[in-house]
Amino acid sequence: MLFALGLGEEQVHWTRKHLLGLEGVTRDEILTVLDTAAIFREILERPVKKVPTLRGVTIANLFFEASTRTRMSFELAEKRLSADTLNFSASTSSVKKGETLRDTARNIEAMKVDMVVMRHGSPGAPHFLADHLDASIINAGDGPHEHPTQALLDIFTMREKVGPLAGKRVTIVGDILHSRVARSDVWGLRALGAEVTLCGPRTLMPAQAESLGVAVETDLVAAIRDADVVNILRIQKERQSGSFLPTLREYTELFGLDARRLAHLRPDAIVMHPGPINRGVELSPDVADGERSVILDQVTNGVAVRMAVIYLVSRVRATEQAEDSQLLEGVSV
Amino acid sequence: MKRVLLKGGRLIDPSTDTDERLDVLVEDGRIAAREHSVTAEDARVIDVSGLVVAPGLVDMHVHFRDPGREDEETILSGSTAAAHGGVTSVATMPNTDPSIDTRSWVEYIAGHESPINVFPIAAITMGRKGESLTEMAELARAGAVGFSDDGSPVVDANVMRRALEYASMVGRPVIAHCEDPALARDGVANEGPASTMSGLRPVPAAAEVTMVARDIVLAKATGARLHIAHVSTAGAVDLVRRAKEDGVDVTCETCPHYFSLTDNEVRTYDTNVRVNPPLRSESDVRAIREGLADGTIDVIASDHAPHSLEEKQVEFDAAPPGMIGVETLLPVALKYLVEPGHLSLGKTIELLACGPAGILGIERGTLTAGAAADVVVLDPERSWTPSREWFRSKSKNSPFIGRELRGRAVLTLVRGEVAFEHEDLAATPDEGDSGEEGDRSARQLPLHA
Repeated sequence: MLFALGLGEEQVHWTRKHLLGLEGVTRDEILTVLDTAAIFREILERPVKKVPTLRGVTIANLFFEASTRTRMSFELAEKRLSADTLNFSASTSSVKKGETLRDTARNIEAMKVDMVVMRHGSPGAPHFLADHLDASIINAGDGPHEHPTQALLDIFTMREKVGPLAGKRVTIVGDILHSRVARSDVWGLRALGAEVTLCGPRTLMPAQAESLGVAVETDLVAAIRDADVVNILRIQKERQSGSFLPTLREYTELFGLDARRLAHLRPDAIVMHPGPINRGVELSPDVADGERSVILDQVTNGVAVRMAVIYLVSRVRATEQAEDSQLLEGVSV
Repeated sequence: MKRVLLKGGRLIDPSTDTDERLDVLVEDGRIAAREHSVTAEDARVIDVSGLVVAPGLVDMHVHFRDPGREDEETILSGSTAAAHGGVTSVATMPNTDPSIDTRSWVEYIAGHESPINVFPIAAITMGRKGESLTEMAELARAGAVGFSDDGSPVVDANVMRRALEYASMVGRPVIAHCEDPALARDGVANEGPASTMSGLRPVPAAAEVTMVARDIVLAKATGARLHIAHVSTAGAVDLVRRAKEDGVDVTCETCPHYFSLTDNEVRTYDTNVRVNPPLRSESDVRAIREGLADGTIDVIASDHAPHSLEEKQVEFDAAPPGMIGVETLLPVALKYLVEPGHLSLGKTIELLACGPAGILGIERGTLTAGAAADVVVLDPERSWTPSREWFRSKSKNSPFIGRELRGRAVLTLVRGEVAFEHEDLAATPDEGDSGEEGDRSARQLPLHA
């Protein structure tokens, strides 16, 4: 059985069976994840970092796209919760043999998996899976759409470093167009009442980005000057090919964060990056390793936040199953 | 002598500006009479009081997948579906496998057994590769009513120019699929808030508009006849409007999904709303309705594009674009154009029947005495909701399943023969007038059957 981990039942605002994205997720739900994560974060500091919470629960990690950090973070979170895990990556799987996503998923489900953590290149792929499977789905990144657990760990780290986010100013810099992190950050931060500015070249800004409820800025210094948090995104080297950028050199010149530009930041502002960093491109090494940087805290918090999400989602599923079995008992009587 | 008498209906024939209560007598596949009170011995008399009698619909943009993907649709299954939707003539697009670029394939389609009239559109270029022209004169003689590389644009402007010139010599329209592939790239959703929020790769409206501009310029320069397929953007409507004012010989069509659904639909990732061009913004939808009302848009065509369940039951951006539509052409138009008052019923029938018949140069879309008896009888009022099972197409990829629509065909005659008849449409022998005129004005047809 799942135990309450010292969080009062009345403080738990979570009824979602899946976590597909942060769009539409409420302030109370996000705070529930953060508060739950805080408990797990504390457990991670103990000599024995493992809890028996999800014993007997099976989680499949389906990674159709390469990922090191997110995948390791999820796997560690699952193990810390005592879940059984199985891993699947596109390069070693039947996907190469032309199997459809639906068939792959149904086969995995036939092995009685309770939860699927999926990274996929197509936006909406986790929604598709949720429609076709009984298992809980956690989106670990679907194309440029959303990456909700990354945003939750970003927000957890922000709250830890700069306090409650209502009224705080967060600037996200980089390739917004192709960024699932930016979209999830925006939804989560907006739900908590933060003011978000997106900054990057016009060519890498999605159409009518203002419709997300954010400010858009192409001048880096103007975008970061008043920020409490600056979140720098990774720039993909291949963006030069689609005429998005002339050169990476010019990108660094305009949007790279280095010591010179850091001087424009407020003294208490922090610098974040979802990783992996292109050192010397979007972030200079001295800034990445400097005292403003909370990048490694993000990584540590990532495990705790993913433990919280997995825990909350499986709690809903366990409740559902308990109700189902009660119904069945009723029938057999 | 085979005779059918449609009695007591409201005849709407935009080709003669007719909208009044007239009986219609069909004899030997032709309209024999349309008068206030017709009696005919030995005729099958069908009481159509409370219903509308109109020229059979002409859907000038369908994909029947035959030859090549007969698992998705065949000429026969597509035609049956068309008749079910009140459509009596279709023009089939040539992007089959192989594509329709030789006489024998044109003849295969033109001569195919079908309960309706099937008019082949032949390819502009061999294999639809956009390189060398097809033998348009021979294809026209074999029955091709127009030329199109639909599904792909003719990217090379010189090839398009020559195609327009050559086709005009042959007396057939070039039907342009206007899409700049460099701008559209691998996009799957209209560029705007919907693509931004869904993360789906965007297609800007400019991908359509710039190509429409190019083709209008070429049509003007060559004096040739240009028809623009599936117009979806405000920008394209605006360009066509100005070109018409400028005297360019251009016509265009739109499809039901472009005046009924917006790009917001993609937020569900339902692959049945993946279509090319993509569903557009609210302001585009408004512009399309305006273009239909002011005569800029000449035709409503379905772009009926069947796809198998396996092909659609995948990730959104992996699904092929297209939706079926030949059966819902009329009810979507009635729901989204007539019910809100954007268009009259007569104008809608003009766009669905007379407009396309004129562009294709086929003697259809009219119910004058002596015309071919291609007739649709429709119930224009009743609200109903199509289920998956309601469709007769081999494929079921319709975004309108589960959405409330309005009105539908209850009887479809092609050359006087019944191609579709709603099972509850009572047919009685002519035993004289029942004397209770209008007693069926509130007739209740169980349209879900």
